[in-house]
Amino acid sequence: MPTSLGSTFWERALQAGTLAIVVCFTMGASDAGLRFNDLGHRLMCTCGCAQLLGECNHVGCTESGRERAELSAAIASGLSDKEILDSFARKYGATVLAAPSTQGFNLVAWIAPFAVFLAALLGTILLVRHWSVGRTQPSETHTPEMDALRERIRRETDAADGGF
Amino acid sequence: MATFGVLALLIALALAAYNLIAGTVALRLLATGQPARISPERLADTARRAGIAGFIAVSGAAFALVWSVFANDFSIAYIMEHSNRALPAPYKFAALWSGQEGSLLLWAWLLGAYGFVLRLRHHTDVKLYAYAGAILAAVQVFFLAIVNFAAPPFALTQGAIPEDGFGLNALLQYPEMVIHPPMLYLGYVGFSVPFAFALAALMMRYPGEKWIKITRVWTLTTWLFLTCGIFLGMHWAYAVLGWGGYWGWDPVENASFMPWLTGTAFMHSVMMQEKKGMMKSWNVWLIFCTFLLTLLGTLLTRAGLVSSVHAFAQSSIGTWFVVFMGIVLAVCIFTYILQRSHLKAEHQLESLVSRESSFLFNNLVLLTACFVILWGTLFPVLSEYVQGSKVTVGAPFYNRVAVPIGLFLLFLTGVGPLLPWRATSLRAIRRNFILPTVALWATVIVCIAVGVRPWSASPDGGFDTGSFYALIGFALSAAVFTAIVSEFLRGAAVIAKQTRRNLLSSIYQLTRRNTRRYGGYFIHIGVVIVVVGLSGAAFNKSVEKELALHDKMSVGPYTLECVGFTQDSNPNYNSEFAMLDVYSGGKKQFQMTPEKRVYLASQQPQTMVAVHSVPGWDLYVVYEGTNPDTDQPIIKAFLNPLVGWLWAGVVLIVLGTIVALVPSLKPLTAATKVPVLRTAPADPVLHPTDQKRSAGTPVMKGGD
Repeated sequence: MPTSLGSTFWERALQAGTLAIVVCFTMGASDAGLRFNDLGHRLMCTCGCAQLLGECNHVGCTESGRERAELSAAIASGLSDKEILDSFARKYGATVLAAPSTQGFNLVAWIAPFAVFLAALLGTILLVRHWSVGRTQPSETHTPEMDALRERIRRETDAADGGF
Repeated sequence: MATFGVLALLIALALAAYNLIAGTVALRLLATGQPARISPERLADTARRAGIAGFIAVSGAAFALVWSVFANDFSIAYIMEHSNRALPAPYKFAALWSGQEGSLLLWAWLLGAYGFVLRLRHHTDVKLYAYAGAILAAVQVFFLAIVNFAAPPFALTQGAIPEDGFGLNALLQYPEMVIHPPMLYLGYVGFSVPFAFALAALMMRYPGEKWIKITRVWTLTTWLFLTCGIFLGMHWAYAVLGWGGYWGWDPVENASFMPWLTGTAFMHSVMMQEKKGMMKSWNVWLIFCTFLLTLLGTLLTRAGLVSSVHAFAQSSIGTWFVVFMGIVLAVCIFTYILQRSHLKAEHQLESLVSRESSFLFNNLVLLTACFVILWGTLFPVLSEYVQGSKVTVGAPFYNRVAVPIGLFLLFLTGVGPLLPWRATSLRAIRRNFILPTVALWATVIVCIAVGVRPWSASPDGGFDTGSFYALIGFALSAAVFTAIVSEFLRGAAVIAKQTRRNLLSSIYQLTRRNTRRYGGYFIHIGVVIVVVGLSGAAFNKSVEKELALHDKMSVGPYTLECVGFTQDSNPNYNSEFAMLDVYSGGKKQFQMTPEKRVYLASQQPQTMVAVHSVPGWDLYVVYEGTNPDTDQPIIKAFLNPLVGWLWAGVVLIVLGTIVALVPSLKPLTAATKVPVLRTAPADPVLHPTDQKRSAGTPVMKGGD
C-alpha cells in the first residue's frame, strides 16, 4: 500500500531527525586544543568589551590574555569543563559565563523559548483544527476532479491573482 | 547657532503639540458633530499645516547642529565630545548621530520627514490621514520633549572652551557608518507610520482594508531601510571589529532584529487580511508590537539598560522611554478593547495544509524567534531582579536556541508558496513537493560527498553541531530555491504558451504582472542565499602568529609571507600596517595590508581588516598589534567560507523589495474586432468624415 509505505517513511524520517537533533545537543568536545576553543567560546572577556573570550581581540585588552592563560592552565591541570567554568564563575562572577547555566532559575532561560514555541504551535494547530471541524464544507471539494480543476485554474490565473 | 538650534527645537515642540491638540479636537468635533466657532475641517487643516511647519523647524535644528560641527563650535558640549578639527568632512556629518542627543534629534527629524510626506499626501483620505497625523504628532511631541529637556543637543560646554574636541569614536570612523545608522533609523522611525495608520483605522473604525493598501508602500520601504541598516551594520562589524564574524548577538544588534522579525511577520499576515479578511486583530497587534519594539530598541541603545558593545552609558532618558512605552501600550489596549468588534474575521481557516495556515505558521515562527531574542536580551535584567545577580546571555545561547527556529522558518519559506489557498490534496502536495524534495536529498548527498559530515567533523572525529546545522541549511536552501524557481517556471510557461514569448521574456512579463508576488519570491531567493552564506560560518578557520620579516603562515589554500611593516600618519590618526604577500599554488597572487590606527584626538586604537573575497571564501587578515615582550607583530588570518554569498543575498533582497514596490502591470488585454450591424444614418446627415467613422468597425478593449 503506497499510503502505509509513505507513512512508514515519514515516521522513520521523523525518528532519524529527532535522533540527530538529540545527538547534536549531547555531544561534546574532548581534545585539549578543541576544549580551549570550545571553552573560550563559552566564556566572556571581563574587560567590559562584551565579546567572547575566544574572540576578544581588541587592541590593548588588559584581561583576555591573562584569562586565556588561566584557561590553558586549567585545561592542562586536568579539570573537567564544568569545574573550569565553575572556577571562572567563582572568580569573576556569573557574568563570565557566555550563556546561563542549567541550574536553578537560569534553567528558565533555556526552557522558556521552547515552551513558548511548543505552546504556540499546539495552540495554532488546535485553533486551525477547531475552525476546520466547525465548517460545513462539502467533501466534494477534495475530489481528484476538483483538485485537478483547482490546479488548472490556479495555473492559468497564477500570474494575475495577486496571490502573494 | 546654539541659540538658533534651541529655539528651533522649542518651536518644533510647540507646533507638534498644536498639531496633536488641534487635530484631536477637530477629529472629536467631527465625530460628535458638536457645533464650534471654527469649523472642524479648518481646525484639522491648521493642525496638518502645523505638522508640516514642525518638520521645517526640526530641520532647522538638525541643520544648526551639522553647521556647528563643521564650524568646530566646541562651545556646544555635544560637538566637543563627538568631533575634532581634523575629522574628515563625511564623519563630521556622521557626528549628528554618533551621540545620544544627536541621534535622538535624528529620530525627531526623520519622524518629521515621514510626517511631512504623509501630510502632503492627505488628499488620499483626508480623515484617515488626519487621525494618523495626530498620532504621529503625539510620538513627535515625546521625542521633541526629550531633545528639549532630557538630552539637549545644544547644551553648552561647562568651563573653558577647549581648542579642539575629543573626536569621533574610532569605531565610527568607517565609510559605512555614514550610511548604517541613518538606514537603521529610517527603518525604526518608519514603522511609526504603519503604526499610526493602524491605530487611526481602529480608532475611527475605518471600513475595509484600504488602510493596508495605503500603508503597504510605507511598510515595505521601512522594512527595506531596516534590512539595509541591519546588513550594513553586519558588514561594518565584519570589516572593523576584526573578530572574523559579522553577528555577535549583541543586545543592540538584537534590538534592531526584533522589529525586523515582527515587521516581516506583519508583511506576510497582512496579505491574509487583504485577500481573505482574516487575522485583523493579529495584524493590528503585530504592528503595535513592531512600533513598541522600535522604542525598546532605542531604549536599549540609548539608555544603557543592558550592557552592549554599542550601548551608551546609563542616562536618565530610560525613564522617559519606559513611561512613553507604557502610555503607547495603554492606548493600544484601550483602543483595541473599545473597537475590537470592528476586527471580526470575515473568513476562517479551512485546512491545516493551505496557504493561509502556512502564513499562520510563518508568523508563529517569526514571533517565536522574536520572543527568543527578546527573552535572551532581557533575561540578564530579569535574573538580576529575581536572583540579585546578572548573568550573560551571549552567542552560545542564541546559537543553540535561535538557529533551529531559523531553519524551521527557512523550511516554511519553501513550503508556503507551494500550497494553494483554502485547501489542498495529498496528490497536489506530492506533485508540488517532488522537485524540492529531490533537490534537498541531492544536496545532502553532494555535501556529504564533498566532506560535510557532521558525525565526524570535529577534530577529534566526533559529532559537530555547526556542520550539522550547515548541512541542514544547505539542503533546505536547495529545496527552497528549487521550489521558488519551479514556481517562476510554471507561471512563465503559461505566459510563454499564451503569448509565444521566450522563457526569459515570459519570466520578465510574469514578474511585471504581479510584482508583489514575484518580488517576494526574489526576496525569498535572497534569503536562501543569505542562509547559504551563514551556513559557511560552520567551516571558518583561523591562525594567529607572530610574524617577523619574511616569516610565513598558512591558512586554507593560502600562504602569507610578511614582506614589510610600515607606518603612516595624517592629522587625524597614526597608522601602522603589515604588507603580506599571499601565495596560492606556489605563485604569488596578491598583497594584503592589514592596518592598525590610533586616532590622535581620542587616543583610541582601531583595526582595519584586509579582506580578499572570492565566491568560495574570504581571506580575512587582522593586524593585531605587537607583542610587548618580543616586539613582533601579531597577524591573525581567517578563512571564512561563503561570506560573499551573504552580501550577494542582501543585494537580491533589496532588488526584490524594489520589484515588489513597483506597481504591477494591468492584465494584458487583446484588442478584439467585434462586428456590429450597420445602422441607418441619423437625420440630419452626418459630416462625411463622421459618417465614415460611424460606418467603421469599433474596437473594443477589455476591461481591467
